[in-house]
Amino acid sequence: MFDIDKWQEIFNTIEKNKLRTFLTGFSVAWGIFMLIILQGSGIGLQKGVENQFSSSATNAIWIWNGQTSKPYKGNKPGRLITMKNDDYDFLKTHVNGLDQISGRYHVWSNVLAYKKQSGSYAIRGVHPDYQEVEKLTLLNGRFLNENDQRYKRKNVLISKLVGDALFKTEDPLGKYIKINGIPFKVIGVFVDDDGRDDNMQLVYISIATAQTVFGGERNIHGMVVTVGDANEKEAKKIEDDIKTKMANLHRYDPEDENAMFFWNSVEEFTKFQKLFASIRLFIWVIGIGTIIAGVVGVSNIMMIVVKDRTKEIGIRKALGATPGSIISLILQEAVLITAFAGYFGLVVGVGLLELVSDYIQTPFFREPEVDVSIALGATLLLIIAGALAGFIPARRAAAIKPIEALRDE
Amino acid sequence: MIQFNGIHKSYQTGNNSLHVLKGIDLKVTSGEMVAVMGSSGSGKSTLLNIIGLLDVHDSGDYYLDGKLVKDLNETKAAQLRNKHLGFVFQSFNLISFKNAVENVALPLYYQGVPRRKRNKIAMEYLEKVGLTPWADHLPNELSGGQKQRLAIARALIGNPKVILADEPTGALDSVTSQEVMELFAQINKSGITIIIVTHENDIAHQTQRIIRLHDGKIEKDHKNGHYFHHSEDEKTV
Ligand SMILES: Nc1ncnc2c1ncn2[C@@H]1O[C@H](COP(=O)(O)OP(=O)(O)O)[C@@H](O)[C@H]1O
Ligand SMILES: [Mg+2]
Repeated sequence: MFDIDKWQEIFNTIEKNKLRTFLTGFSVAWGIFMLIILQGSGIGLQKGVENQFSSSATNAIWIWNGQTSKPYKGNKPGRLITMKNDDYDFLKTHVNGLDQISGRYHVWSNVLAYKKQSGSYAIRGVHPDYQEVEKLTLLNGRFLNENDQRYKRKNVLISKLVGDALFKTEDPLGKYIKINGIPFKVIGVFVDDDGRDDNMQLVYISIATAQTVFGGERNIHGMVVTVGDANEKEAKKIEDDIKTKMANLHRYDPEDENAMFFWNSVEEFTKFQKLFASIRLFIWVIGIGTIIAGVVGVSNIMMIVVKDRTKEIGIRKALGATPGSIISLILQEAVLITAFAGYFGLVVGVGLLELVSDYIQTPFFREPEVDVSIALGATLLLIIAGALAGFIPARRAAAIKPIEALRDE
Repeated sequence: MIQFNGIHKSYQTGNNSLHVLKGIDLKVTSGEMVAVMGSSGSGKSTLLNIIGLLDVHDSGDYYLDGKLVKDLNETKAAQLRNKHLGFVFQSFNLISFKNAVENVALPLYYQGVPRRKRNKIAMEYLEKVGLTPWADHLPNELSGGQKQRLAIARALIGNPKVILADEPTGALDSVTSQEVMELFAQINKSGITIIIVTHENDIAHQTQRIIRLHDGKIEKDHKNGHYFHHSEDEKTV
């Protein structure tokens, strides 16, 4: 099968027909290159947005306080609605299908100090379930627990960013930092990985502590619940259930969109998933289109090549070339060119993606990468197409009587 | 070497059938040098192509080197051409992107001779036809006479028993034509059978035997008196 002499004959032919080789190779290399770029960008875009979602649970419903905009049962519009610890207890006991639940109490900015270092950071009071909801990653230590909540312990979970700023090289675990002059013991260090800094410019304490220390009484600024593996429809139902019950509890018009705010991440996530399904489909359609264009290009060129070589084929036959040797000469040349060009397009495409990914580092487009099996598959497809495209005219040329091929035109 | 018994050949063009060879009987013995003459369109090339297995006849029997040529597939025909026959064409039919050595060496490629060896042999044949200095030149860098000598070297390299030449001097001036004919005479002396199609009388008269075609039949087949023959084989039908 492997015949050095035949390859030399093929290399000889390729070397002396550079333009033809270039044209065939170019259409293949271009097809593969485009496929890689499209694939890579699509994946980059998808990863970027998925990463945005990965920073918090995709099965959560977020609830915020608001202000009524409609009159209801004698109440004038403009009334502030404020959730209390009772609302937390109520949701926990009266709404079905909830998995985790946490209140949020914000203290916007406060001075945090350790020894001589200090800085201004936000403080969030939360329930123990919050770690799951926000998808915090613990670097060391532990998250806030039920005891911190029950006994209003002055324990704090700091971000790596805060830790680095206040402690430098020291290990923060077990040390005390001063918040507003009050000492808090560091029980853990976390990262919240979504590529944005503002989710790291803060520390967590338990909500009961926050309410006490910062004079919040029993107020809650926001609430978040997760709904397990409920699908979009089920999540919507739970959301509606909460809405009705909250409207009832706080006595406002259930139709009032401003009394409280809701954000259903299941719904949003599903929307994005659908968007990505269509982007993926789009990329596939374009990719397949590119490949088809490549196949057509290769076919056309092979057709021309064979027509171009009809006389040469006639001469070779007169000198003793069998039809089989003619077909394999043309096919191996086609396969060699497409394989090499396909590989070239692959390398250039991947190289460009690598280069671009170093420069483009936005949260919405990250780590563009190529499904190598798709690229290899496409190259293989083009090789087969090139071979097939060459095979049909090559077989025809090899089958005609040498005298027909030799005839002057 | 070659024997035709009642060979017929027609060409189909659309609905018309053109009867070109109408029963040819012919015998060419080993070592002969024969000219085939006739007016344009009389079927000379057709006859030569059938002898050369480049085309197939419709009916009659054709014996090549004593073996009946019948229902040959292309692969078998290619092998026979490679082993027994060498071709020289009016339009040279060299491969334009191959240089002189590579063109000459090509028949050996199809005999499976390794590259180094076949290029060495090709150089020897280039020397025989006086083209050594042009070994690495492309065909379009050569004159008509040089091209035809190159083609003859290529026809010879496979060690054929028969050389078939279709108007080999048709594209050459009289001086180079003469050179080519002298080359053929030399080759013939080494025992190789040569059949030359021509319509030029002074070319034909440098062979041992002239066959005249007319209207698809052999009109005349005679020894050429002027020729100095070196072999005493029987030379008639
Ligand atoms: N492939 C072909 N198809 C149809 N007609 C052909 C073909 N080849 C030759 N002919 C016709 O057959 C006749 C003989 O052709 P040819 O043998 O080439 O004549 P010569 O070589 O004597 O000039 C001519 O009339 C020519 O037009
Ligand atoms: Mg002719």
